[in-house]
Amino acid sequence: MKLRIRHETAHDYEAPSASTVQLIRLTPRSHGGQRVRYWRVGDGSWPSFEDGFGNWTQFRAVQRPHGRVRVVAEGEVETVDTQGVLRDTRETLPVGAYLRETGRTHPDDAIRALAEDVLRSANTELDRLHTLMQLVRDKVDWVVGATESTTTAAEALAHGRGVCQDHAQLFCSAARLLGMPARYVSGYFWPGEDGRDEPASHAWAEGFVPALGWVGFDAANRQCPTDRYVRVAIGLDSFAAAPVHGVHFGSGADSLAVTVRVDADQ
Amino acid sequence: MTANGSVRPSYAQIRAWLDAMPIEALDVKRREAELLFRRIGITFAVYGEGGDPERLIPFDLIPRIIAAEEWARMSRGLTQRVRALNAFLADIYGNGEILRAGKVPEELVFKNESWRPEMQGMQPAAGAWTHVAGIDIVRVDADQFYVLEDNCRTPSGVSYMLENREAMLRLFPDLVSSHRIAPVARYPEELLETLKSAAPPACRSDPTVVLLTPGPLNSAYYEHSFLADEMGVELVEGADLFVDDGLVWMRTTEGPKRVDVIYRRIDDEYLDPLSFKPDSMLGVAGLFAAYRAGAVTIANAVGTGIADDKAVYPYVPEMIRFYLGEEPLLQNVPTYLCGRPDDRAYVLDRLHELVVKEARGSGGYGMLIGPHSTAAQRDKFTALIKARPEDYVAQPTLALSTVPCFVESGIAPRHVDLRPFVLVGRDIRIIPGGLTRVAMREGSLVVNSSQGGGTKDTWVLES
Repeated sequence: MKLRIRHETAHDYEAPSASTVQLIRLTPRSHGGQRVRYWRVGDGSWPSFEDGFGNWTQFRAVQRPHGRVRVVAEGEVETVDTQGVLRDTRETLPVGAYLRETGRTHPDDAIRALAEDVLRSANTELDRLHTLMQLVRDKVDWVVGATESTTTAAEALAHGRGVCQDHAQLFCSAARLLGMPARYVSGYFWPGEDGRDEPASHAWAEGFVPALGWVGFDAANRQCPTDRYVRVAIGLDSFAAAPVHGVHFGSGADSLAVTVRVDADQ
Repeated sequence: MTANGSVRPSYAQIRAWLDAMPIEALDVKRREAELLFRRIGITFAVYGEGGDPERLIPFDLIPRIIAAEEWARMSRGLTQRVRALNAFLADIYGNGEILRAGKVPEELVFKNESWRPEMQGMQPAAGAWTHVAGIDIVRVDADQFYVLEDNCRTPSGVSYMLENREAMLRLFPDLVSSHRIAPVARYPEELLETLKSAAPPACRSDPTVVLLTPGPLNSAYYEHSFLADEMGVELVEGADLFVDDGLVWMRTTEGPKRVDVIYRRIDDEYLDPLSFKPDSMLGVAGLFAAYRAGAVTIANAVGTGIADDKAVYPYVPEMIRFYLGEEPLLQNVPTYLCGRPDDRAYVLDRLHELVVKEARGSGGYGMLIGPHSTAAQRDKFTALIKARPEDYVAQPTLALSTVPCFVESGIAPRHVDLRPFVLVGRDIRIIPGGLTRVAMREGSLVVNSSQGGGTKDTWVLES
């Protein structure tokens, strides 16, 4: 499948901001399930580096008074369905590094209980991850606006409501408790022409199964990623894989508008 | 003094000098020294103890003497150890050979708070990670040097090394000139050369170096301003720097000036609100990205804490064998990791004879000195260790050697350690000597200035 993507993030500041600095992880890389035909972030001039997880990262600063900061990423990616199994991804860290807890994925008793439920009802590693995916979605209703970008996995579970980011982080937290390396993925999902939802930035998780390697699990949609997914950035949690993360200095309020468009040629 | 109570030969002249000096005269000199240090303004704020934040660290008048051949041995050991620590950091954030070889357990690194995944794949300029390393050493007998701990993040104390020599020159010029003492005054110059040698390869002209401080409220602020002054570089706070066009700039009255090397005396988490603690006001937004893109050198490198973690410490001898193919010249103190069940059982059984430390702590806080502890203190630590075993390590108390010190009761032996400063740039340099810290209370083994420890001048004799 050929997916054409345009992602625009615009921050508008009520009073001019004196300074904005942004980290931008919006560049997908090619691997077994996807081939990047072309891709462009901004005007292509922003300095960049490969971060610790292998994400191609741009950073840009605006150091003069400004009312709006806009980031546009667009391009075309060809995908094939691999039933969620990943091949030839860029790997910078040993698998064991993805057992690390972070502030946003730190488990509490409720997450521990969730992990024990998984242990009781599934035997193989792959089964456990599938069971976990369903359980996470059972326990956390998909409700937009119920959580914030800084909500932790434990908070989302306690709350019982959240978005894909919360599902993915909860999945990572519980999988690590089960001794299975897991990581957070940010990217895009094409819901299909009949899809109820608007296309948007999406997030899911990957778990490591020794016999298969990394396997994707989209708890929010209760499925392993297909050719409708474009994988962009990975990290230990949503902070490390955030598509656009900025710091600005200014007095006024700011508003954020994110527009994502995904078109498919089947 | 040696274990059997005799005086080392290198102290012969000091012995004669002390014999000839009435105690009252020493007391006068001690007050003179205090005035001197007050005038310079060298003080140390003590965390968590209340009281006078401008307290002076007690200065002992009697210099500690290290013979030339002792120093030669020690400095070979230091060079070896610091080379291995740098190789370890390059490896841990690179291919992880030592993990794959099973010499260091993977989870000890990856679950450690001091390990920074953001640094994976980083190759700092000149291969330098610990541009300034402070290695704390004690001696148990004439030939045995033990490393108590490595300090690979932002070790402090070098200003005391320099000021102590300055004070001795003023108080006892004759005594100083009657010895052939290796000079320490070149330290700031050597530090600056080291930092410049580790400038990013893209930097073509004479590199611009700055010293980044958290500000005047930091306990080591005196040292920050002192070193910046001595090196002739700008002392800056986060707000004085900014990132633009992928580069780091300093605000000056003549407009922005490009910065190539940042000698930072602030912790990793506070360096950049964009990549680390989002609420930190001390750092520079975008600094870490500019660093990863190779536009600036940060000294010490980010993430070096994994090399001086107390739970990683027991593996340093193995690092020396693994990376250098050599046997360690400096000894490691046997260390029990309470996270390992066998070690934990052993430690809980022998709390009364061990020293228990927090694996992530520094500054001598949260420590149990078994032989000097009360039953209540031991009970408290038993509970702490059981609750969070990975957070604690334990070591036997060493039969430390002592040196003569001038204390309230006169001249008496006290335990000391030594923190030499090892500089790592294109090459490794060590200023002969270091900071000698003294446990001022009789029998005490704790030398940390935050715990009432003092300092004294350290004389490395030239042969």
